[in-house]
Amino acid sequence: MSSKQAPYAVEMLQVVKRFSQVLAVDHANLQVKQGEVHAVIGENGAGKSTLMRLLYGFYTADSGTIRINGQTVKMTDPGVAIAHGIGMVHQEFMLVPRLNALDNIILGQEPRKGLRVDRQKAREEITRLASELGFQVDLHTEVRDLPVGVQQKVELLKVLYRGASILILDEPTAVLTPQEVDELFEMLENLQKQGKTIILITHKLDEVMAIADRITVMRRGKTVKTVSKDSTTSGELASLMVGRNVILDITPPPVEPGEKVLTVRNLSLQEPGSARVLVDRVSFEVREGEILGIAGVSGNGQSELAEMLTGLTRPTSGEILIRGQEVTFGSVRRKRESGIAHIPEDRRNTGLVMALSVEDNLTIGHQDNPELSGKVLLKRQAIEERSDRLINMFDIRPPRRDVAAWHLSGGNQQKVIIARELAHDPEVLVANQPTRGLDVAAMEYVYHHLLEARSQGKAIVLISMELDEVLTLSDRILVMYNGRIVGEFSRTNADIEQIGLLMLQGREAG
Amino acid sequence: MSLGTVFNLTLLHQTIVQATPLLLTALGGVFSERSGTANIALEGIIMMGAFFGYAGTYYTGNPWFGIVCAMAAGVVVSLIHAVVTATYKVDHIVSGIALNILCQGLTGYLLVVLFQSQGSAREFVAQLPTISIPFLKAIPVVGSVLDAVFSQGPLVYLAFILVLVSRFILDKTVFGLRFTSVGEAPQVADSLGVQVAPIQYAGVLISGLLAGAAGAQLTIGTMPRFVYLMSGGRGYIALAAVILGKWQPTGVMWSSLLFGFFFSLADNLQGTGFAIPNEIFLMLPFILTIVVVSGVIGHSEGPAHSGKPYVKEL
Repeated sequence: MSSKQAPYAVEMLQVVKRFSQVLAVDHANLQVKQGEVHAVIGENGAGKSTLMRLLYGFYTADSGTIRINGQTVKMTDPGVAIAHGIGMVHQEFMLVPRLNALDNIILGQEPRKGLRVDRQKAREEITRLASELGFQVDLHTEVRDLPVGVQQKVELLKVLYRGASILILDEPTAVLTPQEVDELFEMLENLQKQGKTIILITHKLDEVMAIADRITVMRRGKTVKTVSKDSTTSGELASLMVGRNVILDITPPPVEPGEKVLTVRNLSLQEPGSARVLVDRVSFEVREGEILGIAGVSGNGQSELAEMLTGLTRPTSGEILIRGQEVTFGSVRRKRESGIAHIPEDRRNTGLVMALSVEDNLTIGHQDNPELSGKVLLKRQAIEERSDRLINMFDIRPPRRDVAAWHLSGGNQQKVIIARELAHDPEVLVANQPTRGLDVAAMEYVYHHLLEARSQGKAIVLISMELDEVLTLSDRILVMYNGRIVGEFSRTNADIEQIGLLMLQGREAG
Repeated sequence: MSLGTVFNLTLLHQTIVQATPLLLTALGGVFSERSGTANIALEGIIMMGAFFGYAGTYYTGNPWFGIVCAMAAGVVVSLIHAVVTATYKVDHIVSGIALNILCQGLTGYLLVVLFQSQGSAREFVAQLPTISIPFLKAIPVVGSVLDAVFSQGPLVYLAFILVLVSRFILDKTVFGLRFTSVGEAPQVADSLGVQVAPIQYAGVLISGLLAGAAGAQLTIGTMPRFVYLMSGGRGYIALAAVILGKWQPTGVMWSSLLFGFFFSLADNLQGTGFAIPNEIFLMLPFILTIVVVSGVIGHSEGPAHSGKPYVKEL
């Protein structure tokens, strides 16, 4: 860089951050020019948020250099970042729900008049900031009573009130309705006109192409490439983002799919008390001996779909049928009885009772089985025998039924869940993120059991953010985007770039 | 016996007397809860305040020094609560129960050691003076009546003045805003550079100071003797007053007065053969609180993060 050029607003060079075994950010480089909108894109877990948290001082980098406006800064805590004019709008808003907008904005930097908070002065200042951006916010309403889009404006004002010139927005559109997204972008354009530098974290290519000047793509902790918008296409960005990394080379044995087991018709879910549609008229069928993979970036309705299938959430409309029998609004219990088993995405909170023993965890959900319990008392001996058998069959280590679940490794915890769910020969298995956080050996184990269940003729719905996983295991693949199914592929015609584009912008053409 | 003999000026006077320890404690409770700490140790702190108010006066002959001792005792107990909850993140209720048991045991023990008695310290000590409001008596016709009602001890006046002071602090000052934010969402306050633990300490210590004073009001303010367990559940009733008063100083004042009214009514009805047993009136504060908490009449919602230890997420 020549000395005549203005320094970069943000420069991160060879930045490394490791969390115990995981290299979250791997010698990443990011250069953001002053006054530009710079998008940082990548799949879930690519390291975008961690990189931004390093820039904002939430985490401290293990090594590497961070420069702000040409000056090397040691980012030790958010206070340092704020002092250097960096502000961050978090994905989960950091607002006090029961304070009004005004108090939320000034908290921590209150203008004073003697002992008092000078709210009059604050109000004038904030009203001026807001009108410069072309909007008004009701400063006296409690924040919890404001719509999400307005809450985001409050967050933005909070950052601007602190004098930020470099704004980081972490997936700002994730919680917004399309109309609110338009408003946000208009606001960002205004901010850019005022000379602010904006860093936008996202995985939605539409947004990137609409608003970014330059784009940095991250994959597996590395910054793969920085391009300017005018010299790229969404197709190129998609393949940069989702490029394949085959960890396990597994080829599923051919299985001839049998009869239709699970039928889902026009299943929808609307967020209670809001206009947001989380799952939008989803329809599919799964046959015996078939794995239906559902690909998508997290937060596009997959979790809600799994919850509806398993009875944790009541659908707004639509139908769920097991072998032609309707179970749409059935409770968890009713759905389990009809043959739906569930590997939940959150192992530690939904999958297991961490404080209970392996034996108890293997038993819950089957407590009404007459083999395991009488009218009042549990049949302890039968339970013990069954537990020993399952521990043995599913190779749970240590092979003891009396240890609490939290003493097990993540992989063995997952084995307990799989053992419990497969033990009673279900018809349908809903596996949501079954390998999240597992090492390669445990992953292989899970794959093995999913494929075995497939050979036994079970109908499997595999929901995963890992495209590789979906591509490796699935007989058919659906892509979910904004709550809708936007594409269907068979194993043979699955095209990674096509799927990538669908995941990231909801349609194939650039 | 006619009701006229019950509903008289004495009843009004007593209502204020009964309300005062509740109000002092409840104001403390507001500060503690609004900064995120549930403090059921208030019951024990009142016991300690009552005992040390009495003992301090007994040894020095000066009831003003008694107040200082009572407040100091309150601060010490609440400091333990603050250390345990804010620094060591122990469950607030567990700590509160433990402290109540400690205070109960300690006052009983000290009573035996210092005053050689198991039930009560028999000797009367000096009492706090009664202060009349000078211009009240000058008002024609009702002047002498008002004077009779409003001639009260210094802690009574303090309690009602503190209502206004607390309102000002919580609503108008920087301290108050930070206070509320910590009780509602400590992670947000933290992210904006507001130090969470010092604010929680402040809230708990203020509650100790005020509940200690409430204890002093029971001994040297009302009856210059100490009776074992004389707090009589006032700490819990004050917490009920906090809920009924919606965590606001003014609201807490009205609920304390209402509860004080019930108690003096119960006192006055005792042995009068009145159709409603006086115990009903002693129950009313709790019934009312349950009704309010259940949302049947007037919804009341406390600070979102009160009673939960704040552990910073990494």
